[in-house]
Formats: sequence, structure tokens, C-alpha cells
Amino acid sequence: MEPRRSPRTVIDPKVRQVGFFAPGAPPERSVSVPPAPIVSSSSSSPPVSDLSPSGNSLSPVMIPPPRHSSADNALLPSPSPSRPVPASPLRRDSLTTAAGRSYSKPSDFFPAMSLTASSSYAGRMVGNAEFSADLRGNTVKVVPTASSFPSGGFDLTAVKASSVPATGLTTVSVVKMMPPVYDPEIIVEKVGGSVEVQNDRPERSKPLKEKTSKAERRALQEAQRAAKAEGSKVPASSGAVMGANAKPIKATKPHSQKNDSATVAGSEKRGGDRLSEKDRKKDAPHPRMQYDDKIRVEKAKRRAVVKQTEAKNRVELFRHLPQYEHGTQLPDLESKFFQLDPVHPAVYKVGLQYLSGSISGGNARCIAMLEAFREAIKDYSTPSEKTLSRDLTAKISSYVSFLIECRPLSISMGNAIRFLKSCIAKVPLTLSESEAKASLQSDVEHFINEKIILADNVIVNHAVTKIRDGDVLLTYGSSSAVEMILLHAHELGKQFRVVVVDSRPKLEGKLLLRRLVGKGLSCTYTNINAISYIMREVTQVFLGASSVLSNGTVYSRVGTACVAMVAHEFRVPVLVCCEAYKFHERVQLDSICSNELGDPDVISEVPGRDDINYLDGLTNSENLQLLNLIYDVTPSDYVSMIVTDYGMVPPTSVPVIVREYRREHVWV
Amino acid sequence: MGRGRERESESPRNSRSLCSAPMDFQVVVLAGGASKKLIPLISKEVPKALLPVANRPVLSYVLELLEQSNLKDLIVVVEGQDAAVRVGGWISGAYVDRLHVEVAAVPEDVGTAGALRAIARHLTAKDIMVVNGDLVSDVPPGAVAAAHRRHDAAVTAMLCSAPVSGPSESGSSSGKDKTKKPGRYNIIGLDPTKQFLLYIATGAELEKDIRIQKSILRAVGQMEIRADLMDAHLYAFKRSVLQEVLDQKDTFQSLKQDVLPYLVRSQLKSEVLLNGAPQAEENGNEKVNFQKNQVMVSRILANASTPSFHEFSGLGTNDSAPRTHKCCVYIASNRKYCARLNSIQAFSDINRDVTGEASHLSGYSFSAQNNIIHPSAELGLKTTVGPHCMLGEGSQMGDKCSVKRSVIGRHCRIGSNVKVANSVIMNHVTIADGCSIQGSVICSNVQLQERVVLKDCQVGAGFVVSAGSECKGEALAKKEK
Repeated sequence: MEPRRSPRTVIDPKVRQVGFFAPGAPPERSVSVPPAPIVSSSSSSPPVSDLSPSGNSLSPVMIPPPRHSSADNALLPSPSPSRPVPASPLRRDSLTTAAGRSYSKPSDFFPAMSLTASSSYAGRMVGNAEFSADLRGNTVKVVPTASSFPSGGFDLTAVKASSVPATGLTTVSVVKMMPPVYDPEIIVEKVGGSVEVQNDRPERSKPLKEKTSKAERRALQEAQRAAKAEGSKVPASSGAVMGANAKPIKATKPHSQKNDSATVAGSEKRGGDRLSEKDRKKDAPHPRMQYDDKIRVEKAKRRAVVKQTEAKNRVELFRHLPQYEHGTQLPDLESKFFQLDPVHPAVYKVGLQYLSGSISGGNARCIAMLEAFREAIKDYSTPSEKTLSRDLTAKISSYVSFLIECRPLSISMGNAIRFLKSCIAKVPLTLSESEAKASLQSDVEHFINEKIILADNVIVNHAVTKIRDGDVLLTYGSSSAVEMILLHAHELGKQFRVVVVDSRPKLEGKLLLRRLVGKGLSCTYTNINAISYIMREVTQVFLGASSVLSNGTVYSRVGTACVAMVAHEFRVPVLVCCEAYKFHERVQLDSICSNELGDPDVISEVPGRDDINYLDGLTNSENLQLLNLIYDVTPSDYVSMIVTDYGMVPPTSVPVIVREYRREHVWV
Repeated sequence: MGRGRERESESPRNSRSLCSAPMDFQVVVLAGGASKKLIPLISKEVPKALLPVANRPVLSYVLELLEQSNLKDLIVVVEGQDAAVRVGGWISGAYVDRLHVEVAAVPEDVGTAGALRAIARHLTAKDIMVVNGDLVSDVPPGAVAAAHRRHDAAVTAMLCSAPVSGPSESGSSSGKDKTKKPGRYNIIGLDPTKQFLLYIATGAELEKDIRIQKSILRAVGQMEIRADLMDAHLYAFKRSVLQEVLDQKDTFQSLKQDVLPYLVRSQLKSEVLLNGAPQAEENGNEKVNFQKNQVMVSRILANASTPSFHEFSGLGTNDSAPRTHKCCVYIASNRKYCARLNSIQAFSDINRDVTGEASHLSGYSFSAQNNIIHPSAELGLKTTVGPHCMLGEGSQMGDKCSVKRSVIGRHCRIGSNVKVANSVIMNHVTIADGCSIQGSVICSNVQLQERVVLKDCQVGAGFVVSAGSECKGEALAKKEK
């Protein structure tokens, strides 16, 4: 019981929405009442007698929404509102709680998990009527006991009801016995809807007992329509009751779902069909999904193409960020190379490169992604009965979600994707497919050329004016823009010295250093530990950035903030070089809420130095948590100037550029 | 149904010629023809590809491995017209509606490179995967392909740990096999990250010393030489490179002995045109500007990616890096099974493994006694069939027989008091009473008369072993007419 209770308390706010549901009803009352029954229903298993009263009190609370217009005292926990609908919500609630709880046990009851069971449930009506009949006989009184006796018709239906949400996502479409209306609805409604429909069945079939399957189907349709209208108010009382009940059902849903996903649905899906790419797109994890939300993570994981094993020991503060066990993903993805039809080879290659870390750096990742998308567009052909703009957008979205699975997107990539999608949306319908594709390809090319290459050239020209003879320039890590500046200044014949500051574990600075030295610049190389010493002799600091946020905060490779702060302390000007396409209107005050976690193993062990690998064997220890942050945030106070393709601006002007830039360019 | 789904998902994807090639990969299976090493097991009737491994032709293991990876469009190249007809007939019977296979016949003795040369015009996809038909493995070919793609390599070879040869129980393997053994090994040089192939030599051509190029060694800094790896004969080639090599070097006969070592040798001073093709297309009007941007783009990409030693070798004094191409390897993990049927020893080893430790490959479900006995097989009184055995359809055994770690094919008639251990008996074999067979391979339609004792023998198809003869370590076959 313990692990289950916690998600339920997480769900709590959702239940509260039931109160807001009814506009007329005073919210605070509805807020105050529902949680109690929910909690009690979750803990209902041990006290047998406790359940039915709690179920009773639950139902009136859930009822109000339909009645809000007529009676405002409906919220009072009186049994009267439940009369019109004869005890059905109560039964349904208790049913689902029973289901949620009893599922773990009946998993051996239904070992192979009844894809067919649920389908027969939908298809065969007579048998169902019987079930519901003895269900009806059972529930009102016997609910609590029913959960403890996992035998008889009741429990069977309960299991079915609970098993539905898990299968409903994918396998339903495979089942052939379903009425045709059924499967699209379920996919659209996702879990909540389908649960409802299924749970609704006994109630429905009670009046329709022994009726034909056609009538049943109509009832089903009706139920679905009601389910659809879940969010809005529905005049029909039965529908509204259902709408209200959807919430508590949802509250129980995660349980069954999680249990299922572990045992049944997951295995079933892996063995069987892939999700169509459209589904993938629809369910694509939010780019900034909160990874401490177990339910969502669970969901996302089941969809994921890349096998994602969550790392075990994560730092508490960063639980909301995705962190997977590195090293397991790449071989797994590689072995599935040919099994992923929907992913274009070029995109796949880029994804592999992201995952293996062979491409890093904001500009490079963005360019690689755009070029892959250009390839994909080139090979794209619209399927019949679809429009290019919609289908291609869906396709791109599925690619993007694949790339996210490989590595979280950078902000620059997000901007580029937005640009591409808006381009696709704007393709005039009159264009033929080949023309549209050609124009999109040239759009992508223009983006690369103008926003990245040209922008870099402009930045270089601006920044070079700041370099004077005798300067000592410090840079951190390896930024493509800074490198170009340094090389260009060198070509112009300026006499200056470069200090390359680097940090473990990536040691990107070494590559930069190698190229600079190869070009004949005089360089000093040091690690970030020595920053406070080396800063004395530095006259200017040039930094790259992954993004500049609209409060002037610079989001960049971890360690940048440290360098900027030390420079500020030594009164050394800090110039941040960042193309304007990387600007983002987000405001971020710390580097906790949005960040990326790298492979923790690379900081725990030093390659090639077996003699100092003291952490060997400790990495799985409970008491050790490794944190390998990728980015950090530099407050605008420490940034003297931002060099961008619109000129050199103070950090406070960033929002202006974000605004103007947006207006000037297509993305809205 | 699987096929339907495949079509469905692929049809919208591609407009180019690669509609048949998932992920722009084309697969060529080199099924071989008559191999000298496997005489007398193979004959005109049974080409190498159709040799039974656990009562299934060995080619089926490759085909099913590919099918599992969703590679359903294959080109099977067979040496010899007759063999091609036989292999084609078998495939069309066994894989109708499952795979789309084209069988190409090439003349015998053209070698693997020659075979590819013969079908070169059918190759259109960006990358080509070449698999030998005698591979029995469960390593996903996708992994090789992905490694190939990720590095944008010219060639990627799959390596697996070399098999521990010899039958596990009877330690006294015949001396003949022992002398052969080194021939199957390779000396392989890898870079420290174990991703690139720096040196490869097969054991046969290996003399006292191996010559390693200084340039490569200098570029890499450190080379790991290994002898415990085996080339699994599963390669991914970049098509342009492969065709270039095949065109230029018409003396090359074998992929393994000529093409691959050549590519490995020349990886730092590549003579194959690699970057020519993609940059051919340009927009006419803004050509100069465009090219400049292209250079910038490629430089940004190159600077951002973790460089391999190939790039370092170019980072010397001058800007123009010499042309390089990458030769990658994919090293299969030890848990995977991987073996090649290229000798008689390997044939019995694989038969043993497929019914034993690598039983998941066989596709059969094993009984509780860890063996497979076809329901139509008949066993006499007091006859025991031990674990890791297989008894094919319609076979009959008399009384008091014992079978250990052996595979017996279809419709064999075995008399009483026969002992079979560590052997492979193919179809329609008649064994009279009192025979004892150990570590042998007996081909189809062979008759063993009473009290024959065979140890470590190979009996060719249709041979009749007269009563009471005892043989040890011999190859018995009919004389070719």
C-alpha cells in the first residue's frame, strides 16, 4: 500500500478540479471535501466496513456539477443528490478502487493479460449483462468483501475495468472485435476516457440487460460523447454524472496503470506492434517534462524508442531532470536500427551522434539537426488523403521526440524547430508537393546560413573591434563563435594572447587549444581551478553561450558562471558571444529548474588513470550521489556585454531583441 | 500480416529508389557454392547454404536473423547455376510471403569480391550490408549498421570472439583439425576506443612477423593487437566506396583477404572518392557564397564532433587534410552467439551449440529433457535420447539405442543397439543394428550396415559402409563420376 499512496496524494489537485468544474459552486467547499474520500478509498483495503460509508460520502461530492445550476447546497454530503442516479456513481467508484487495489493480486488471475478479455467485454454483451447483474447484486453491499475475495464475477469485471487503461493506449486498435467507433475514441480520449467507458458499462447494461449489441453500441457511443464533454458542462444528468466521476476514476487510474505497465502492457507492446508515429507525436514527452513525476515518466518510458533506464542515485534537487543510465542506451538503440521505420536515416544518425556524444555544442547540434530534417524533407512524400503541412509537421514532431530521447534539446534547437514548423504551416496549399519541399529545404538552408553562419560572421566583425594589441583574452571551454573571433583577430594581425580555461570531464578546451596553436596563436592552457590566479593578467573574457534568456541571464556550459563572476570581481569585462537565434523569452533565475544531467560516470572515473579510480564499486552505493551538470546560469550582473548579430548590447537589452526579432521573423 | 505492415510504413517514406531498403541499407547474402573445406559434406545436391544445422538449412539462420531486424528485401548470391536453382527453390518454398528475396547466380570461383562485382549494378542504396550465408549468430545486424552510420564509415566489420574449437567432451580432437585451426584466426589491430580497425590479417597469410604501417600507428598512438577475435563476415560497406574499389582493383577476389585489408591499409590516404558525391549538387547563382557557407558549416560540425585519429592526422601543418576514410568495427558482446560454418569441425560445433547452449537460435521449443523429439518419431524399448539432442520427423529407432548430443534428421531408420554420440546424422540414413557412431557426420541417404564403428568420420551422401568396418578419422565418400 505504501508506494501507492504517494502518487495518489500527488493526484490530489486533479480531484480538486472537480470543484472548479461547477462554476456556480463555491470552490473552497468542494476543495475541502473530496480529498478525504479519496484518501480513504486508497487506504480502504484493510478496514472492510469502512469502505462503503466512504464510498457513500464520496458519491454526493462527485455529483454536484450537474446540479450546480439548480441547487447550490448540493455540495452538502447528503445522500439525496445521489438518488436520481441510482447509486451508480458509488458503485463505480467502489468498483474502481477495488480494481486499483486488487489488480496486483489478479495479475496472476489474468496472467497473459486480457487484451481479449477487454475486447470480449466490449463485444459480447450477454455475458456482460450477467456479470453486471451479479455485480449489481454484489456491489452495493458487498464491495469491500469483493475485493478481498478475488473470485466470482465481480472481481473479474473489476480486473477488466482496471486493465483497460493500460491496453487502451495501444492494443485496442489491434483487437478486431471492437466496434469501429471504439478505437479512435479511445486513442483520443487516452486513458481517462476509456476507463470511464469501460466502467460505465455495467451501469449501462443494467437497464439494457439482454439487449442486442447494437443498442449496446449506441450506449457506448453516448458514453463516449459524454466522456468527451468531460471538461465542459453537460446538461444531460447521466452524462454529467459521468463527467464528474471521471475525476475520481482518473485518480485511481495511475495505480492500475503502473501495475499494468510493469507487468502486462509493457511486455505486450514490446512484443507486438509499434505505435504509429502519429501516436508517438501526440504522446511526445514535453520538452521540459518534470521527471520526478513518476506517472508521466512511466508513460513516457513506455513510448520511448530509446531504452531509458533511470539512474538510481540522483541528487534530490535535480530529480525533475531526466537522467538515464548511460551506456545502456546506445547498444540498445543500435540493435534496433532497422526496426524503427518511421525515423528517417539521417535523423537517426544525428540521434545516434547526440546519444554517443560525438556531436556537441549548440551550433553544431542545431546545424546537424536541421540538415537531417532537410534530408528528411527531401525524401518525404505526402501519403494520399493527407495534406503536406499537417503530415509533415507530425513527422517532424516524431523526429523531434526521437531526438529528445537521445538527448534533451537545447534552446537553440527548440527555436529552430519552431521556425521549421512555422515554415511548414505557412506553405501555401496551392504549391505542388515538389515545390513545397523545395521551398522548405531552402528555408532550412536559409536558416542555417543567415541565423548561424552569417550571424557568426557579424559577431566576429563586431567583437574583433574590441580586441587591441597586447590584450590577454580568456575563454572557457570551446565556443565556435569565440574561436572564430580569435582566429579572425589573428588573421587581422592583432597581437594578443589567449588563455584557454578548461574543465573536466569533457575537456573541450583541449581541442580548441589544438586548433588555435595550429594556427599560430600564443596560448595558455589552464584548468578552471586556477581561474582566480590567471584572471589577474587577463584583460577581456570572451564566452560562448547556449542561450541568453530574456532577463539577460546567460545559459551556458557549466563553469561559465564561475568564470564570469571571477572576472567581475577582478573588474575584467566579460563579453558573451551568442547568435540571436539562441535567445529565448524564458526567464530563469537559477540553474536548477531547467538543466541537463550528463553521465555521472564520467566524473567518477578518470579515463586512463586507473590508479586514482577510488570510486570503483561505489557508484551504486546508496549514500553516493553523483551530479554532472551540463549547464549553468550566469546572472546578467556579471556580463558586461552581449555580442550578437544585432550588435553589441547590454544584457538588459536582450528582451528587446527577443521581441523585435520575433516580430521580424516568422516564428510566432 | 508482417509484410503488410512493412509496406504500409515504408510506402510514404521514400520517393527515391530506396523504397526497398530500410534506413537506406541493402542486404546481400553471400551464400557461397561448393566449398572445398566442407567436402564430403556438400555435394551437387546439397550446396553449402543448404547444409542442415539442427535440421534446418544453415542459410535459414541468416535469413531469419535478417528478418527479425526487419530486413526483408534481400539479394542472395550463390555460386554456380545448379546451386542457385536449388537455393532459390528452397527459399521460395520456405519464405514465401515473408521475405522478398532475389537469387543471383554467379560463376564459381569468382570469390566474394567477384560475386559482388557481378551484382554491382543492382546495388543502389547508400550502404550495403554483406553477410555470409554461413553465419549462425544472434547479433543484431542493426547494431553493425548503426555503428557504421554513426561514424560515417567506409566499411564496418563485425568481430566476435573466436570460438573455442573442438568438441567439448571428447578432448581428443583429430590432429587434422588442429592444424587447420590457425587458419580461422585473424590478427586484428584496434584503436584504444575499440571502434576503428587499424590492421587486419588472416591467419593463413600470417607469417612470422606482421607489418604495421607507421603512419597509422603514429596517428593513433596506440594500437591493440588481438588474436582472440574472429571476423564474422558481416560487413557494412558504403556503396560508393565498395563500387569504387571493385572497379579499380579487378584483381581483388575476396572481401576478407583483399578488399577489407586494402581499405584498412589506405584509410589515411584514401584513394576512394568519398566526399565527391554529396557536394556535387549546387545552386547555380549563389555558388561561391553557398560554398563558403558550406565550408563554414562543415567546419563547425567538424570542430564540434569528437575527432577520431583520422582528423588528427590531418591536423598537422597544412590546412588541406588528406583524404581519409574510416574503417570501423563492431565487436559483438560475449553473450551473443556467433559462429561461421566454414569447416567440418565448425559444422559439428554449430550443430552441437544450436541444440545446446545457443538453443534459442534453433527456433524449436525444447522438451523438459532439453531435447527435441518430433512427435512422429518412434523410439524402441529402452532407447534413451539424452539432452541436447534432436530427432527429426518420421525417424525410427530400434531398441536399446542411446543418443547423446547428436542431431538426427528426418526419416532415418536406426536399428537396435546403436550408439550415437556427438554426431550429426542427416536425412534418410539407414543404420543397421549394433553400430556405434562417435563425433561423425553422416550425410543423407547413407547406409551403415551392421556393426559399423565410426569415430570422427565424415560419410558423404549416398555412401554405403559395409558391415563390420571400423573407421577412425576418415572421410568416406563416393567417387565422383
